[in-house]
Amino acid sequence: MNHLAAIQVIIPLLCAPLCMLLRWRTGAWLIATLATWATFGVSLVLARTVILNGAITYDMGGWPAPWGISYHVDILSAFVVLIVSGVAALTLAFAYKSVQREIRPESLRAFYALLLICLAGLLGIALTGDAFNIYVFLEISSLSAYALIGMGQRRRALRAAFQYLIMGTIGATFILIGIGLLYSLTGTLNIQDLASRVEMIPTSTYGNHTLITAFAFLTVGLSLKLALFPLHLWLPNAYTYAPSVVTIFLAATATKVAVYMLLRFSFCILGQRFVFEQLTLGNILLLPSLAAILVASLVAIFQYDIKRMLAYSSIAQIGYMTLGISLNSHAGLSAGILHMFNHALMKGALFMVMGAVAYRTGSVYLSDFRGLGRRMPWTMAAFVFGGLSLMGVPLTAGFISKWILLQATLEAGWWPVTAIILLGSLLAVIYIWRVVETAYFNPRHEIEHGTEEAPLSMLLPMWVLIGANIYFGIDTSIPLHMAERAATILMSGGTL
Amino acid sequence: MTPVVLMQLCILIPVVGAVLIGLSSRAPNIREGVTLMSAALLLGAVAGLYLDPTALSSAAVVVAEPIAGAAIKLKLEPLGLLFAGIASLLWLITSVYTIGYMRSNNEQHQTRLYICFAIALASTMGIALSGNLLTLFIFYEALTLSTYPLVAHNEDEDALHGGRFYLGILMATSVGLLLPAIVWVWYTCSTTDFVLGGILPASMGAGSVWFLLLLFAFGIGKAALMPIHRWLPEAMVAPTPVSALLHAVAVVKAGVFCMVKVILYIFGTEILLESGANMLLLVLASVTIIVASLIALRQDNLKRRLAYSTVSQLSYITLASAILTPLSTTAALLHIAAHAFGKITLFFGAGAIYTAAHKTRVSELNGIGRRMPITMGAFAIATLSMIGVPPAGGFISKWYLLQGISSAGYWTLLLVLLGSTLLNCAYFIPIVYAAFFRPETYTPEHTPSQVHGEAPWMMVTALSITALLSLLLFFYPQIPLDLAQQLQGGG
Repeated sequence: MNHLAAIQVIIPLLCAPLCMLLRWRTGAWLIATLATWATFGVSLVLARTVILNGAITYDMGGWPAPWGISYHVDILSAFVVLIVSGVAALTLAFAYKSVQREIRPESLRAFYALLLICLAGLLGIALTGDAFNIYVFLEISSLSAYALIGMGQRRRALRAAFQYLIMGTIGATFILIGIGLLYSLTGTLNIQDLASRVEMIPTSTYGNHTLITAFAFLTVGLSLKLALFPLHLWLPNAYTYAPSVVTIFLAATATKVAVYMLLRFSFCILGQRFVFEQLTLGNILLLPSLAAILVASLVAIFQYDIKRMLAYSSIAQIGYMTLGISLNSHAGLSAGILHMFNHALMKGALFMVMGAVAYRTGSVYLSDFRGLGRRMPWTMAAFVFGGLSLMGVPLTAGFISKWILLQATLEAGWWPVTAIILLGSLLAVIYIWRVVETAYFNPRHEIEHGTEEAPLSMLLPMWVLIGANIYFGIDTSIPLHMAERAATILMSGGTL
Repeated sequence: MTPVVLMQLCILIPVVGAVLIGLSSRAPNIREGVTLMSAALLLGAVAGLYLDPTALSSAAVVVAEPIAGAAIKLKLEPLGLLFAGIASLLWLITSVYTIGYMRSNNEQHQTRLYICFAIALASTMGIALSGNLLTLFIFYEALTLSTYPLVAHNEDEDALHGGRFYLGILMATSVGLLLPAIVWVWYTCSTTDFVLGGILPASMGAGSVWFLLLLFAFGIGKAALMPIHRWLPEAMVAPTPVSALLHAVAVVKAGVFCMVKVILYIFGTEILLESGANMLLLVLASVTIIVASLIALRQDNLKRRLAYSTVSQLSYITLASAILTPLSTTAALLHIAAHAFGKITLFFGAGAIYTAAHKTRVSELNGIGRRMPITMGAFAIATLSMIGVPPAGGFISKWYLLQGISSAGYWTLLLVLLGSTLLNCAYFIPIVYAAFFRPETYTPEHTPSQVHGEAPWMMVTALSITALLSLLLFFYPQIPLDLAQQLQGGG
């Protein structure tokens, strides 16, 4: 029996209390780092197994499926797990110095413990094959995320965390109601079981009311969690005021996992036919996605706190993902899923730059970047490359996403949407270039800060991500292959 | 060495050069030695490609294949060879000039300038050698991005503003118009490879052809068709060597090169003539030729006048290629060469005047020919080439263009040509006249006590060579003619 799926979640879950028990602060970091690298290793093995042998089903505690909780790992789960654990591993490598500077020493151990719990939650969502279990893991990851955001240096972090708490709880409650309605309708919580029973519900002209209500609650709840425009209001504050490390981790993973949940619920449980043809999820998502791309990019242009600017950019990028979903085609889904991966690469790198700049200058206002091109050459070069990827310049990962998405919209004959995607990338040019121009072509800051480059422990993970941005812009076969296979599975209702 | 290796070397040499320049930033002599070395090596590599008779028939090199079917591919053809040859030859000459200019003007951030120059050249080589639209687009963007730091070089308010304008227009057009055009081509043909005679299916409706051509015409912002021309005068805030090589040769020629390439290798003659879409380019180019010349008349800043002249001259090339006859295509190729040699000489002249006399305005140039006879002599020769008078290279291209026009029967274009020649005279001849025949005038900033002679010898040598090249092109136009023939014969 292959225990990999269970081990994946158990490692961070067990290491979290270990961090708390230890009196030695560096030890907490060491444990957390080892744990994340171990999960990353496991996720690699898991992905390889799934690619070669197809989906894995694992019954927790040996209880067979409809009664016990079963883990079901198909290629989409493996893909998301790979993103989450990979980012976590790099984030923790980056974290050591940054956390020392930004988190009060007495809460250092709690910080690492919470980070691990959050990781466990996110991994669990992607791996589990049980609808209620998804909710449980969602709460685990969310509650720890609230606490992590609240640990930010500025007092506003508390308010941001509270805001996120309220919005997140509403979202989670909606999701719970949706799951409850599904349960009342079918009497099961296992995803595969649910799917087959939902399919058996006879289709009438008006549809089944319970099912429609469940769909409505789930969609709204998930949209809240994935910060779909206009339900994104919690995100800019949360990302801006959270500690740098938390922002890196959440920006690159949390919303991706929410997108994963949306895919899982709409394609694997409710069924593509029901969701898209009867309830027109495509149209429901289309408008908010386009609005996100345009409005959030525009708002990003006017931000002076660069972390906040990147947060708005994240909202726009989520728009690209949901746009891919709303196309309801194989190409569109592949584009959306691939962009989850590529966006994690670029935003991870960009927020790491923010972490490094905050480490040296104390804040990340636009004016702090003056002259940084000379004082922190490697960090700012990373920003330029990450920014190029975000704009979608060729030979970066961002270009691949854009190319495939453009192709998918052309395939669907959606000309105006093509235009909006392109407009979105032009807006990205503007907001990225403000920073580049300030960093390289402005005289130095009147007040000289420490004129050093960021420490190597920060530069290394940052450049690993930048390298990945470029590598996956040139040879994109692995993620593209996984995304396309995942799209195939989803289009066929998750049964493969 | 095989052509395949040489092609890759053409891109690698400047890139490696850029890295070495970066490493030797503390030793200016070594740094500039590296620049000259890589320019010479690059010229050698391109010459090797020209001299190898098998080079033009060698297979395409696939560098990488990010998405199945959309490869990054290099392929040599006559047009690209000509462009690569001109760019690499002029890089070598410009490097000599740049060293003189940067040293005597004590410019800051010299290392950054040399690095960006080398990367820009690598991108130019990539454009010249690209085997499909995707590759072309990649290097096109790389050229935009690598030249931005050169435009914003001075780091003052003007330079930043110019840089923003430059990047904004070029990026907006390339991402907003060129990229969708490329995706469209890929979507209809499931390839973007360059094939002589075009790849678009004959079944494509006339309306689609028009629209696609429109996307390309404005998407290739570097070709500076009006109204997408404003970035070029704005880019004149850059130091003069940058304006000379990039905004008279590499960047703008990359634009028209893409245009010619798209016309010949993507659309093909037949589909354009059938749908009549080439009228679109003819009209746009004619308007640009005349209007840009009119604007040039009113510019007092010498570099801006030259920039508008470039806008107008670039449209000659677009016009020539859109006439779609063998003779006019030859004219396009010749004019790429003729304008490159002529315009770079003019910019070199402007830079030499600035370095020696600190003058930037046309109205200040009275009598300067007596102080700087070589510079202004070269300037005069280049002027002749711009107007299209023998014995300068510009005459040959105009000759072929006239023949092309008559053979295709577009008689109204003769008027455009005539008008533009007159306008060229009107904005160039007064400069030369004033320089040689008017007495020197003195202004508060420029007093007679400010005695100056020629600019440093490195600059004078460079501009003399390019002026000579302009003359040589008139007497020995074999190389471009030969390539033009291969382009049409080797289909």
